Amino acid sequence: MLGYIGRRILATIPVMAVVGLFVFSLLYFAPGDPAAIIAGDQATPEDVARIRASLGLDRPFLVRFGEWSWQILHGDLGTSIFTNLPVTTMIGQRVQPTVSLMLVTLILAIVVAVPLGVVAAWKAGSLIDRLVMGLAVLGFSVPVFVVGYVLAYVFALELGWLPVQGYTPIEQGLWPWFANLILPAVTLGLVYIALIARVTRATMLDVLSQDYVRTARAKGLAQGPVLFIHALKNAAVPIVTVIGIGIALLIGGAVVTETVFAIPGLGRLTVDAILRRDYPVIQGVVLLFSFVYVLVNLAIDLFYTLLDPRIRY
Amino acid sequence: MDRRTFLKGSAALGLAAPQIAMPAVAQGAKVLRFVPQANLANFDPIWGTQYVVRNAGTLVWDMLYGVDAQLKPQRQMVESEEVSGDQLTWTFRLRPGQTFHDGEPVLAKDVVASLTRWMARDPIGLMIRGIQDDLAAVDDRTFRWRLKKPFPKLLYALGKTNAPMALIMPERIAKTDPFTQITEYVGSGPMTFVRNEWVPGARAVFQKFAGYKPRAEPNSWLAGGKHILVDRVEWVIMPDAATASAALQNGEVDWWENPISDLVPLLRKNANLNVDIADPLGNVGSFRMNHLYPPFDNPKIRQAVMTAMNQEDYMRAIVGDDDSLWKPLPGFFTPGTPLYSEAGGAHVGKGDLKLGQKLLKEAGYKGEPVVCIVAQDQGITKAQGDITADLLKQMGFNVDFVATDWGTTGTRRASKAPPSQGGWNMFHTWHAGADCINPAGYPAVRASGDKAWFGWPNVPPVEAAIAEWFDAADPAAEKAAIDKVNAAACEGVVYVPTGFFLGYQAWRKSVSGIVKGPIPFTWGVSKA
Repeated sequence: MLGYIGRRILATIPVMAVVGLFVFSLLYFAPGDPAAIIAGDQATPEDVARIRASLGLDRPFLVRFGEWSWQILHGDLGTSIFTNLPVTTMIGQRVQPTVSLMLVTLILAIVVAVPLGVVAAWKAGSLIDRLVMGLAVLGFSVPVFVVGYVLAYVFALELGWLPVQGYTPIEQGLWPWFANLILPAVTLGLVYIALIARVTRATMLDVLSQDYVRTARAKGLAQGPVLFIHALKNAAVPIVTVIGIGIALLIGGAVVTETVFAIPGLGRLTVDAILRRDYPVIQGVVLLFSFVYVLVNLAIDLFYTLLDPRIRY
Repeated sequence: MDRRTFLKGSAALGLAAPQIAMPAVAQGAKVLRFVPQANLANFDPIWGTQYVVRNAGTLVWDMLYGVDAQLKPQRQMVESEEVSGDQLTWTFRLRPGQTFHDGEPVLAKDVVASLTRWMARDPIGLMIRGIQDDLAAVDDRTFRWRLKKPFPKLLYALGKTNAPMALIMPERIAKTDPFTQITEYVGSGPMTFVRNEWVPGARAVFQKFAGYKPRAEPNSWLAGGKHILVDRVEWVIMPDAATASAALQNGEVDWWENPISDLVPLLRKNANLNVDIADPLGNVGSFRMNHLYPPFDNPKIRQAVMTAMNQEDYMRAIVGDDDSLWKPLPGFFTPGTPLYSEAGGAHVGKGDLKLGQKLLKEAGYKGEPVVCIVAQDQGITKAQGDITADLLKQMGFNVDFVATDWGTTGTRRASKAPPSQGGWNMFHTWHAGADCINPAGYPAVRASGDKAWFGWPNVPPVEAAIAEWFDAADPAAEKAAIDKVNAAACEGVVYVPTGFFLGYQAWRKSVSGIVKGPIPFTWGVSKA
């Protein structure tokens, strides 16, 4: 197992290298010039050229890519063109809000979606099943920003229960931290709940028709243990897989959610950096996201072995 | 690994060692929460000339002079000035007792270094540098500026609101190359910048500077006593207008610099809020044509477009149905300011499509494609671009509509390549009205060919009239010169003004002292 983990971690290196080359090339060839943005409307072309030179943006592709790669190998993601702050500092400022949002969303989604999916499968064809599946369709269909605005209007503006926007670090208190995350997590979690609930239902339907479930029922086991011990455990591999895949959805959805709720997370950092052509920040954040995604996939693979003892690496 | 260890490890990974600085706000401190127009992505007001940087810069760095609400430069850091009889030597004396935020006194050498850096980046500063003989400190509080020819607009240049402003920094910081960003944010202005709480894209924090000595005169825009009446100002960056609106209504922020007009009716209904015009100098909408290439190298074709376009269409696309927010603009200078002129502009923006089509036919348009670049991520440019595309098609132009973002527009508009090879024929933008009150900080109206702003108009009568304005010694001569500029710019179609429009600001009723102006002036603002 340890050997497998080691090999998988080593395998992330070429993946990251390819991602790095791809992102760097894409940004190099994409239109737009941060020097022109910095120089402002009144600048002359000479001013823009001088700023470009001072930022090193006028050097050849290979020189810039080599320098950036060398920095990465030394654990340095570079310095933001605009803020003059190290990219690692900027990412560090934004990690906590995004991780908090994703964790709360993930927990909420699993806690809500898995039981819903199980119940829908158990009561397949019933009103409950239709309600759950209707909810899932709604979750898929309604855009994140619409849900966000509606929730903010009802729970913040009308009822005054929760704040409209912002993020409070957890060190300033558990409730203020959580209060700022409830609406964004529900907003972001809806699509995720829909996805997990549908997959859980489909997988459970398959498992519930298996002979061993019929045997369990025949020997007199109660419905709860049948559903949650016998059936759900055997249905868990696809569910865990979809949870892992869904983390990519969360990263994408976080961009919109962080904007709607003014949460200073990595999603907003990415969008701001793209609009300004802040190359080092874009490259740093994309590399980080790729790395996280690779690690999540690894974790999911390892989790399979806990769920299904037949799987061995 | 057991479950508890796993959970502990996960929590440590995700939540430990947060790097968001904890605000150390004293209990009872008055905190003003302000939503600025944009993100404060950098904080060097000379290196980066965005308005949001300028606005923040006025809190941290002070100026030698500052224009008041009548657009007259008034002494700010300067105690007195003397000008020689030949108008070539200016001697300035600084107010006593001024200190930087690090406790060091403000000295003449700081001023000399700051002005030197500013002149390298500012259009009017470059003009002054071109006629400068010498700029030097005489003693700790005195500096002297010797010029090769008189420059009557010198004090205006030092106190203007246009970015980059002549802000004064310590010499060690001001010696930074003007094309390289500074790394220390130390000024002598009324507030200090709390660097460790700066999260670009999220917030910026300023604290009252106890060592600041405001002038005795009442404040008026950049002039007079800059009394800070709160302990701390927090800029909360909100890219989404609906969120900012909700936050203001919910009392989570106190003051919003630029609510969009769609949300204003909602804000007006809230009894806890005030809504009013933000800046009486407003904005001038514009689209520019590339004078280097067909079809707009032909002045008759430019005239045809200017005649056919209807400013009302543009203004309604930008501000909606609120008629109090816009005015027709038959010229290039800001309405309501002393030099406003309509000379030669009778035909501008009246929407005479038939006449425009007739002029276009007479001008011999050969069906060349018109590459019209429109930034879709800026509401104002997108609205204008859609109107222009429709106008051009109605006129009979062959339109190549290039939908892009502002970052790409910024690069592409600088290209002098032919439109078919990555260049362009037309792009849309807008100018702050404060920049359009005279030609000093208004490169968009210049028509000096290769050296002019994007589009590179070459209209010698415009340049000649601008030179007259710079040399004008009294208001009447200035006005006469500007009338000539306006008429010549309309004739040569330096660019096409699409109208004059205003924007709102909104604040909670617990806040008082907010004034209308080109900058959200924080001095004089208090919170109950």
